[in-house]
Parts: sequence; C-alpha cells; structure tokens
Amino acid sequence: MEVLQPVANPKAKSDGKVKKVMIIVSKATLHNVYASFILANGARMEGIEAELFFTFFGLEAINKKKLNDLHVATVGNPAMHIPTLLGGLPGMEAMATSMMKKEMEKLDIPPIDEFLEILVASGVKIWACKLAMDMFHLEKEDLIDDLEGVLTVGDFYNRAHGEGSHLMFI
Amino acid sequence: MEKTIGNKTVNVSEDGYLIDLNEWDKDVATAIAQEEGITLADDHWKVIEYLQNQHKNDVPLTIRSVGKSGVVDIKGFYALFPEGPLKKASRISGIPKPVSCI
Repeated sequence: MEVLQPVANPKAKSDGKVKKVMIIVSKATLHNVYASFILANGARMEGIEAELFFTFFGLEAINKKKLNDLHVATVGNPAMHIPTLLGGLPGMEAMATSMMKKEMEKLDIPPIDEFLEILVASGVKIWACKLAMDMFHLEKEDLIDDLEGVLTVGDFYNRAHGEGSHLMFI
Repeated sequence: MEKTIGNKTVNVSEDGYLIDLNEWDKDVATAIAQEEGITLADDHWKVIEYLQNQHKNDVPLTIRSVGKSGVVDIKGFYALFPEGPLKKASRISGIPKPVSCI
C-alpha cells in the first residue's frame, strides 16, 4: 500500500509570527469598542500591522455624531451583576458607563475620539463596511475624516492575504 | 545576565533591557540602537531623555503619555523608533520594559 506523505512546500517558509491583525468591529457597546481599539493599538506597539473594519452597529464607533456617546450594556450582560430588570431602568446605562470611563481614565485609556486619533497616528487603517453603511443610510461624510475607505467583505479579505495575517471578530 | 554592549559589559534582563540605569551611557544607547537598526539623531536623544526622566519620577509610560509630552507626537514616535516604539525606545534608554497595553 502506498502511503502518501505530505510534501513540504519550500515556498511556505513561516516563522509563525503574527504580522498583521484584521479586526472586525460589529458592536458599538463601549467595552467591545475599547477591546478592539486596545488590541489594534497593542499590535502596533509590537510592530504588528493592524486594520479595523467597522460593520453593523460597530459603525457607531466611527460615526462623528455618535462616537462619544457609546454605552456599556447593562442588560443582557451577566458580568455586570445587575439584575436584568434593574439594568433596564432609566439612568442605569449612563451610570455604569460613567463609572467605567472614570476607571479607564485612571489607566490612561483615552476617550473614543482621542483613541481613534492615536490609532491613526500609529498607522492603524480604519475601514467601513459598505453593506452596513447602505443599511443604516450612512454617507462617508457621516464617518470620521480619518476613514481610510469603504470596503466590501471581499475587499477586506483581500487585504488579509499573506502569511502571518489574523482575523478577529469582536 | 551580563552582556557586552559596545565596549562595555552591562547587566541586562532576559529581554535585553538594562537592569541598572547607572550602567547606561550614550555609547551603550548607540550600540543598542544599532541592534535595533536605528541610528540615533538629535530627535531620538530628546525622546530618550524624556523617557529616562519619566522613569526616574516613577511615571508609567504609555504611547498616549509620550504623544502628549510635547517632545514628540505619536506619528513622530513611530517614525523615530519603527515597529514597537515604546519598547525599542525604552531599551535604548536603559529603562525597564514597559508593561502597559496602551
């Protein structure tokens, strides 16, 4: 019986290092947006390329009029340890958000608008999803001036080509 | 562990950061920078001086704080110390590896 051995491809030399992270931001709750920003910024600090692709509700994080009003979710978030009924009361989200923002400022984590500026200055590319923009009736002018461009999903995947590229969904 | 950098033997951590800032001098900085592929110019030295002062005052370093220092902006910081500016600049400055995620 012939046993087929996998043939090593001499061209596929990889050092196994992460070279590029492509992060899809699909939600605009404050903690999700911060998680994606910190991952992107942390990548640049290690010399890793980083790109952010904002889709669906994630678009709020790069919407000029909305980006500074993102909230922590107090409902449907068991880690908040607030009963669902209480979490839905008026003012609860605002209170949780303001508490979290205070804690973050202590750690030198910037507000969303400043964080976006830092990311762009650090070389992070910011993209918006075309389909989601159509869905929410958004124009390019509604989004931050530092936007690199508007992409389809296919365009985004094409940017991830190459050894050492990783995709993340947040 | 001991390591010879330039013409001097210094104590470094596993990651190659100086343990004792007193062992640092400009020749050591130049040699470490060379390892990192960086030729130090005036703008680099200004950043190095700033980072060392922050370290002496026990101020934790972040990209944001460097950007607000007035010494260099974030874009300039990445241009001076490409691919990991805070880590590279800290190593060249003879101060410990930064522990911040931001």
